[in-house]
Amino acid sequence: MVIYGVGLLAFCYLAGVILGDGLGLLLGVQANVGGVGIAMLLLIILSSFKTESWQPSPLSSSGIQFWSAIYIPIVVAMAAKQNVIAALSSGWLAIIAGTLAVAACFALVPVLARFVPAEDTMETNDG
Amino acid sequence: MGDQVVALLEKNGLITAFATVALIMLFSEWLSKRLTQGRLHGSAIAITIGLLLAYIGGLITNGDKGLADITLFSGLAVLGGAMLRDFAIVATAFGADFRTLRKAGLVGAASIFIGVVISFIVGALVAVAFGFNDAVSITTIGAGAATYIVGPVTGTAIGADSSVIALSIAAGLVKSILVMVGTPMLANIIGLKTPAAALVYGGLMGTTSGVAAGLAATDPKLVPYGAMTATFYTGIGCLLAPSILFFLTKLFF
Repeated sequence: MVIYGVGLLAFCYLAGVILGDGLGLLLGVQANVGGVGIAMLLLIILSSFKTESWQPSPLSSSGIQFWSAIYIPIVVAMAAKQNVIAALSSGWLAIIAGTLAVAACFALVPVLARFVPAEDTMETNDG
Repeated sequence: MGDQVVALLEKNGLITAFATVALIMLFSEWLSKRLTQGRLHGSAIAITIGLLLAYIGGLITNGDKGLADITLFSGLAVLGGAMLRDFAIVATAFGADFRTLRKAGLVGAASIFIGVVISFIVGALVAVAFGFNDAVSITTIGAGAATYIVGPVTGTAIGADSSVIALSIAAGLVKSILVMVGTPMLANIIGLKTPAAALVYGGLMGTTSGVAAGLAATDPKLVPYGAMTATFYTGIGCLLAPSILFFLTKLFF
């Protein structure tokens, strides 16, 4: 059933958010630490869990795939509710600080990506 | 009659938001095919249109939620709010390659710390250049250059002035909007083509909304990898900025 997929997704989301909040408390931070990331890991692990007698039905999977596909429209809605005026009207300090931070981070992407082990060497490591 | 229709649309806000976004997507796909022969992604255009509409909404209402402050479009705040956004981000992980995550995990984790520190330093230096000379303000603005959540959390924790906190939020907003718009344009130059590069990118940029939208407009297949690291960023930023980074800043000012 479709709801099984949605339910699994909801379970992972809630578990992730709760764990992320707990991690935040533990570290003494007023923020959720990686809740969504933990939820994603949970979903990857749980959804890859298959046995010979049991595996998720295509219908259950479609309950997750729908939300994955609706992601871009959600992002468009998110863009439409941003406080663009505040970003542009608070003066040069905010604009320059934001722009330079982005520029520096963009420049570092190729530098750091180079440290990721290459595909083929990894295959051999996995043995 | 017209008023009644509008009232009904307002009452069914979330559904109206679905219809509104569908129309924006339809128009954007059409523009993408007609004007750019598909070279500029339809979703990149849609996100830009969303930001433009947010600007117009802000002009009309003086509110802080863009187009969603117009009652007719209030459902956009639900559809584009953190709850559904994060729920959908988690869903994108379905089918993501666990081996890639493990392989790039260490570099991805390092990129989060490097991203926070680099953004902080840049933001702090700009604050100094603009004449701030107290550690609390400099730290708060530096934290804002990380994300618009790290800024106010840090500012509140170390007792910054509310005008400085507002500046830090604005710096974070500028960053997130620039990441949304800039990513599809710069993706080729910075080699943002593989899941591993997306992991690093998410960790460096850190703004979940910026990364989410930027990758969606570049290549939806990369979304789960970038989003994974980006969602740790704000937490790490809130951890580092009011503690170690504040302490280090105090050594200089």
